[in-house]
Amino acid sequence: MKEKLTSLWQKLFGDNVRAFGVVSLIFLASLAIAPAKNFFSEWRHYQHGYRRMIRNRSDANTLQRHFQGGIQQIWLPELGVVDRCTSCHVGLKEASLADVPNQPYRTHPVIPHKLDQFGCTVCHRGQGAATTLSEAHNSTLAWEQPILPAKYIESSCGECHRGPLPGTPQLNQGRNLLSRAGCVHCHTVKLSDGAVMKATDDPPSLSHIADKTTREWIFAWLKDPQAYASTSTMPNFKLSDDDARDMSAFLIANSTPMAGDTATLSAKASSDPAAGASLYGESFCASCHAVQNAAGNMVGGDVGPELTKVGTKVKPEWLQAWLRNPRAYDAGTAMPHYRFNDGQVGTLSGFLQAKADSDFLANVHLEAATPEQIAHGKRLVSDYGCASCHEIAGIKKPENFAPELSRIGSKPVTQLVFLPGMQHTLPDYIATKIKQPRAFGQGLKMPQYTFTPAQIDSLTTALLSLNDRSNTLPPSLAVASTHESDYQPAGKAGKLMADLACFSCHRINGHGGDMAPDLTWEGSSVQREWLVQFFKNPGTLRPSLIRRMPRFNLSDGEVNELTDYIMTVYQNPGIDRDAMPLGGYSQGEVELGKQLFYGKYACQGCHIVDTKTDKGYIGPTLTNVGSRLNAAWIYQWMKNPQALRPGTIEPNRAMSDEDARALTAFLISQKGGAKQEVAKK
Amino acid sequence: MTRSRFTPTHVGTAALGCPAERSSAVATKRGHSGPALVVTLLAVSLATSCSRKTESAPQLKPTAFGAAIVESSGGKQFAQTGSLLPQPVVVQVNDEQGTAVAGALVEFAAVPGVTFDPSNGLTDSSGQLTTNVSLGGMAGRYQFVAFTTDKSHKKVELKIEEIALGYQQTLGRHLNDQYCERCHNPESTVERVSNYDNLEVKPHPFTEGDTLNKISDADLTAIISHGGPALNKSALMPAWGNTLSKSDIQALISYIRAISDPPSRSAGPVYAKD
Repeated sequence: MKEKLTSLWQKLFGDNVRAFGVVSLIFLASLAIAPAKNFFSEWRHYQHGYRRMIRNRSDANTLQRHFQGGIQQIWLPELGVVDRCTSCHVGLKEASLADVPNQPYRTHPVIPHKLDQFGCTVCHRGQGAATTLSEAHNSTLAWEQPILPAKYIESSCGECHRGPLPGTPQLNQGRNLLSRAGCVHCHTVKLSDGAVMKATDDPPSLSHIADKTTREWIFAWLKDPQAYASTSTMPNFKLSDDDARDMSAFLIANSTPMAGDTATLSAKASSDPAAGASLYGESFCASCHAVQNAAGNMVGGDVGPELTKVGTKVKPEWLQAWLRNPRAYDAGTAMPHYRFNDGQVGTLSGFLQAKADSDFLANVHLEAATPEQIAHGKRLVSDYGCASCHEIAGIKKPENFAPELSRIGSKPVTQLVFLPGMQHTLPDYIATKIKQPRAFGQGLKMPQYTFTPAQIDSLTTALLSLNDRSNTLPPSLAVASTHESDYQPAGKAGKLMADLACFSCHRINGHGGDMAPDLTWEGSSVQREWLVQFFKNPGTLRPSLIRRMPRFNLSDGEVNELTDYIMTVYQNPGIDRDAMPLGGYSQGEVELGKQLFYGKYACQGCHIVDTKTDKGYIGPTLTNVGSRLNAAWIYQWMKNPQALRPGTIEPNRAMSDEDARALTAFLISQKGGAKQEVAKK
Repeated sequence: MTRSRFTPTHVGTAALGCPAERSSAVATKRGHSGPALVVTLLAVSLATSCSRKTESAPQLKPTAFGAAIVESSGGKQFAQTGSLLPQPVVVQVNDEQGTAVAGALVEFAAVPGVTFDPSNGLTDSSGQLTTNVSLGGMAGRYQFVAFTTDKSHKKVELKIEEIALGYQQTLGRHLNDQYCERCHNPESTVERVSNYDNLEVKPHPFTEGDTLNKISDADLTAIISHGGPALNKSALMPAWGNTLSKSDIQALISYIRAISDPPSRSAGPVYAKD
């Protein structure tokens, strides 16, 4: 062996000439390494592949002309973008390559932005400067952010766009859920514009809970909120029986009575289910409250709590007091103060009390609580942060109870703990944490939510959008969102509107719900007499709506107060109510308007003027529009509906003045008379 | 360097988040002790990383065999790229007489990027298996296969198609929900009553590919912008050109093309497992 080596050495380096020759060869070979690496580089391979692919296409010449070889780069200093992705993804800008099945040669799908202005990694993450596939797409020791999976891509839109976008439903839903599911009660989320994300749910105060329900119900509820109401947003804290026993003991012992709630039943609870159902229907309780029907479907809105088993929960005295005036128990409730009389309170409370499930509390037997149990319950209530969401007398709302999430979308992977079997990526961590919060260690407090997989994906999307980039964006790129205004109407009418909770459904001056029409310009829109009648007996304007305006049993004084306020204050400065008369149009104009209505503009597709012939089921019924709307409003509406109510689906027909005037004349002549019921499908 | 490492399909998988990253990074670090170890670890990690999921699935033993597999529900749904379909996909295994078979093994397979939860399972007492499907990251049609084996161990297949919507189609879908669907979709829901039956001239549902595929993009744009009369059609179709922007209308058309049935020529590629 040794001899062989010696002879090899002799052969190669035996004399100076040989040694020089061999060393030169080695030197030359090592010089060739860099060019060889370059020659065999991945991007060159893909560019070869691209040129081979386009050769056989009909548009080969155009594509070949557009093709630029070598490393390509998009450099955007103000965004910190150095993206060489286009070195391999050669066809991104070629619209004709939409039929290529896969990257790197397929054209980029149509988006509202230009690649040259935003680069690639702003949306897709990954390492832009890398020129190999694995370094660009995956995380390496030096680069944490791998390519963002497609299902979370909308999170990147949310870095700049702070408000909802029509093309990003998942991001919008996720942001909504962060507020609606109460995440932001415990987790602070500071938005990049300095605002703090606010919760939009309204967890009830527990300071007077003993008036409302029993300790047994609290126990069963704490153990499993969804067993009581499947739509409940209260999460499951996975409490032991003992802990739930002690917490319920504390909450009851801590509760102070409120005047009125514990009064003896003033109205006799009626046991007439038909009358109850009819009053429940007439009052449009289902506009806000859902009830699970026999088929298992939820029927009703989600503004208020589900009422499927409400009789198991509430005490009869409390329910009657609540129906009489909910604001006495909870001043900020979204529930309107219906002016029910005693008989109605009895009928409705009897009807609701019958919605009970005797099985729910059948196995709950609690002994009287000991002082130790109550003290332990108090400790638990503090430890679990109940006061983050609920007002509880004697317990302060904890601050920074849970980790702040303002930059969760950039959290370094090295700081995360992963469960076995999980992908080691940030999106997977966030999704799993929402799905099984308690799986990540002993003694964790975050409760178990009942999100669907799609909801978890959308929450993850919204959380990923809260990242370093969204917080350090050049201000010129940020697209502001419109925050809810804090508009409050003034004076007596304002108090009345708060009492009736108008803003739970209606929006005025940027404040309020979106279930019912925006009333910002209502005073310019409707006639005073119609509004008075509407308050007394609200009908529905649109035949196909199922959520409707309830009748509040207002007194004449209250109706006048409200009507005066609306007619005076909610005026559009661009509309002079008296600019056009409510009658006296020539027969010719009315006739022309009718022809336009049925002919040129075919309004009967969506509206009904003549119940005998028209069937349009989308827009408001117009049989008595002449008694409802002001002529000037109709005229302006014809000219540009979106200018008066942004987002309305009535198409803007860009009408000439003559057409708009004729249609106004025709519509204002529709005085209706008795309201005609439209046959339901 | 072998060619296979660079095939476009492989890139597709990596871009969709194949979990190779961290394991290969760790392997490289440890590899300083010897080049052989680097090679082995890299090879192992490359080999296992992408197939981890399928390997960990428990081996199920069918207790019965069917003769046919049919779709119960969940075909032809739309979802955004990479997202879960709104409804699960349910398939049923039947025997020769068409009676449901419980305990038959059903497996799902698709192009990389499409995931099934679960990806296989035994049919329940009603002969059905339910799976949640997430579509791949590219907009287009995804064809996947549900298969079972019959008594003679022959594969019985069912092809199911779903549609993944990209950004533009998602925007179009939003606009459709807001402006178009009330008339163009004959189906009523509790929340949204259809106006279809009330119209003298029936509008075309957007899935009606037989008709809509024959109308060019330019003609569709004209009808949407200027109303039905622009193409001698009913005035019940109003003009939306002053309400919707040009890009809105393009988005609507791209949505209509994406969901048409039979598929439109411009609907993009079909992602099917060979």
